[in-house]
This record gives sequence, C-alpha cells and structure tokens, in this order.
Amino acid sequence: MSRWLPARLTQRTDQTATGRALRFDVPGWPGHAPGQHVDVRLTADDGYQAVRSYSLAAPSDGRIIELGVQVVPGGEVSPYLADDLPVGALVEVKGPLGGWFRWTPGDRGPLLLIGGGAGVVPLMAMLRARRATAVRTEPCVLIYSVRDPDEVWYARELSTPAAGEDLRILYTRRAPAGSPRPAGRITAGDLPGPEDPPKGPAATTYVCGPTAFVEHVNGLLLSAGRSPEHIRTERFG
Amino acid sequence: MSGFSPGFRGRTHAFEGRLPPGQYPTESFPVLSAGPTPHVPTEDWSLTVTSETGESRTWSWEEMTALPQQHPTVDIHCVTRWSKFDTRWSGVGLDTLLEQVESDAGFVVAESYDGYTTNLPLEDLTGNKAWLVHSFDGYPLAPEHGGPARLLIPHLYFWKSAKWVRALRFTTENEPGFWESAGYHDHGDPWREQRYWND
Repeated sequence: MSRWLPARLTQRTDQTATGRALRFDVPGWPGHAPGQHVDVRLTADDGYQAVRSYSLAAPSDGRIIELGVQVVPGGEVSPYLADDLPVGALVEVKGPLGGWFRWTPGDRGPLLLIGGGAGVVPLMAMLRARRATAVRTEPCVLIYSVRDPDEVWYARELSTPAAGEDLRILYTRRAPAGSPRPAGRITAGDLPGPEDPPKGPAATTYVCGPTAFVEHVNGLLLSAGRSPEHIRTERFG
Repeated sequence: MSGFSPGFRGRTHAFEGRLPPGQYPTESFPVLSAGPTPHVPTEDWSLTVTSETGESRTWSWEEMTALPQQHPTVDIHCVTRWSKFDTRWSGVGLDTLLEQVESDAGFVVAESYDGYTTNLPLEDLTGNKAWLVHSFDGYPLAPEHGGPARLLIPHLYFWKSAKWVRALRFTTENEPGFWESAGYHDHGDPWREQRYWND
C-alpha cells in the first residue's frame, strides 16, 4: 500500500472543458474498491516533487486505472495532468487509499449516490461496478448536480439508465431546453424522502462534491429523516 | 531527468523547511469529514475526561470558557496533503483539562458527537502543544470545521485533531480510532510522513 508505482498515461478523454478522464497502465497495481482514490506524484527535473489525490473513476480492471481530474485554476498539479502530461509519459501513483468512502457490489443493499460537479467521479466507479455485475436487483439512485449541460461528466454513459437505476441530473445555473425542472440549487424536493426508494436499513448514501454542496445535501438528507450512520461523505475544495 | 512527468516544474519550492514532505500550502481551509456535520448548541455541549478507573470530570460550555484561555498560532497539516500556515485559534490547553483527572494510563481516545474517534499517546497531548479550541481567526469555530469545539494538535496530521469533541478517555492500551482502523497511520507525524498503515 505504501509503494510508489510507475504509471503510464495511455488515454486522455475530455469530459468537460476542464475535466479529464485519464487512463494509466500501472504494472503491479493491486486492485481497488469503487470510491477509493490514489495519490499521484510528479517529479520536476530538479528533483522537486508534488503529490495530489485523485478519485478512481472505474472499478478494478487489471493494471489499468482511470482517474478523474478537474482543473483547479492556478493549481500546481491539476493543469499539468489535464493538459501537459504527454500520453505515453510516466507519473507515479500510490494506492488504493481510503477505507471508508467505498462500495463494492458485494456490499449489496440499495444505493443513493449524490454528486456535485467533479464529485461524481468516485460515484461513477460505484455505478460502473454495479453495471458490471450480473445481479442488479437492488435499486440505485444517482442524483448529479452540475452548473449547466456542458459540465456533465460521463454524459453518454449517464444518458441511458441500466436496470434498477434512476439517474437524475440537476442543473444549478442553466438547464437544457425543455427541461421540466428549472435551473437551481438542489432542494429537499430533489431528494428521495425516507419512504421513497432507495430505503431500508442497508440503504447506503454516498455524497461527494465541494464542501458547501456536501454540507447542504447532508442537511437536506438529515431533515428528510435519513440517518447519519448511513451517510458517507467525501469533500473537496 | 527523473524519467517521470516530463516538463513538470512545480511552484512551491519556496516553502521548503516549513512544509512537511508531500504537502502543499493552501490559502483556503478545506474540510475533511467522514459523514454529516453534527450541529451541537453550546448550551447542550459538554466535555468529559474519564480515567482508566472510571473517575471523570465534566465541563459545561460556561465552565470550559471560564478556564484560562490560550491563543496559539500554528501551522496545520492534513493527510490529504494541504498545509495551512499561521492559523490562529483560541481555547484551553489540554494540560489544564487532563491534569484534573488522576490517571496512570499512557493513551487517550478522543470521542466526538458524531461517533468519530481517534487515538493518541498521552505524551502528544501534554507539554503545551495540544488544545481544545472554540474559535478560529477570532470568530466562533464553524460547525464544518469542528465547532463548537475541536481538538488542535498541530504537530500531528489534522485527522488527530478531532472535530466536535465531547470526551477524552484515558486508556491503558492503545485503541485505534476511526481512521486508524481504516488504513491510516496510528501516530500520524507529518514530518516523518506517517500517512498510512506501513508508512
């Protein structure tokens, strides 16, 4: 767990104007659970090193890992990873990290996933893992809050729900033409009530996004009667 | 040439000596918590220190804020790699609280209102280097940052500085807490980069 492994960039896909899916080939990668993250280390010619954490966007797939990188304006690492690291070049990674914000299909139970902006990345790993399993009897609701239609990550994959999935994209600033819900911040009415699916003692909720988003959503969930023991959070910024 | 990350130059060399290995400086104050933020009114708040024999002492909010107050200005280091310089806090030194309960135990478990726990050797809490703080930058500590009161143990990674703390429990054995049971290092010294198990 504490070893740095060379990771070669094999593919870069634009998800949004500032969001990238990066796939790396990591010989010796030990595998991971959806929701976990990795540390990425960059080294300058003078030996200076910088490390940041990035969420894994896909379930374990041999030695291939996919990360979601959102450019932080003026950031030291994310603009380099997003636009400058050449395909075929190496960085170093360490992981998987995170023993709490994680879910595997073996955990069973209904799932409520709530993401804001790039906070959808670790939730996508969970959704993809669920889609890859044969049995999908438990309901899974994804509520994904974005500023406008250009900010949707994984738009193609999220356009068609799989069996048992309920995928809802909420727009905070500009909704697509003809959208029944006007653009606006997520409210109690956007979230399932305590008696709506997914419910039951094992209905685990994962919330990931900017701090203000996570705080706001948690407040709504608790007011709606969901229990804090079943809410797991990951915040950034 | 390192062979890694060609063309990367980096920008934080200026902080060498003050920045522990693998950290970067931030101007903002990021938040890391495992679950929802509890909201604890100060009139319902209390802090209890319990010895390994069950002897205990409890302070209400008024009693705690009437104790001698200190105003540490310290650098803090989060295991998620941000560091923040010159953060200003107000609160009570843990020496003041812990010396009110007789104990021969060598460890302390901090327990929070949300069920969070973290474990600490006693020697990391005494000697005027750890506090119970209730204000940040001159203002009451915000709930998402651990208000109404949290621990401040700046020489360890910041997950050791339990938010929303309600109890300190002396233990004779070391009892790993929440993150310490979920892959994070038992001690968490940022200068020795004790982030994860096996570090």
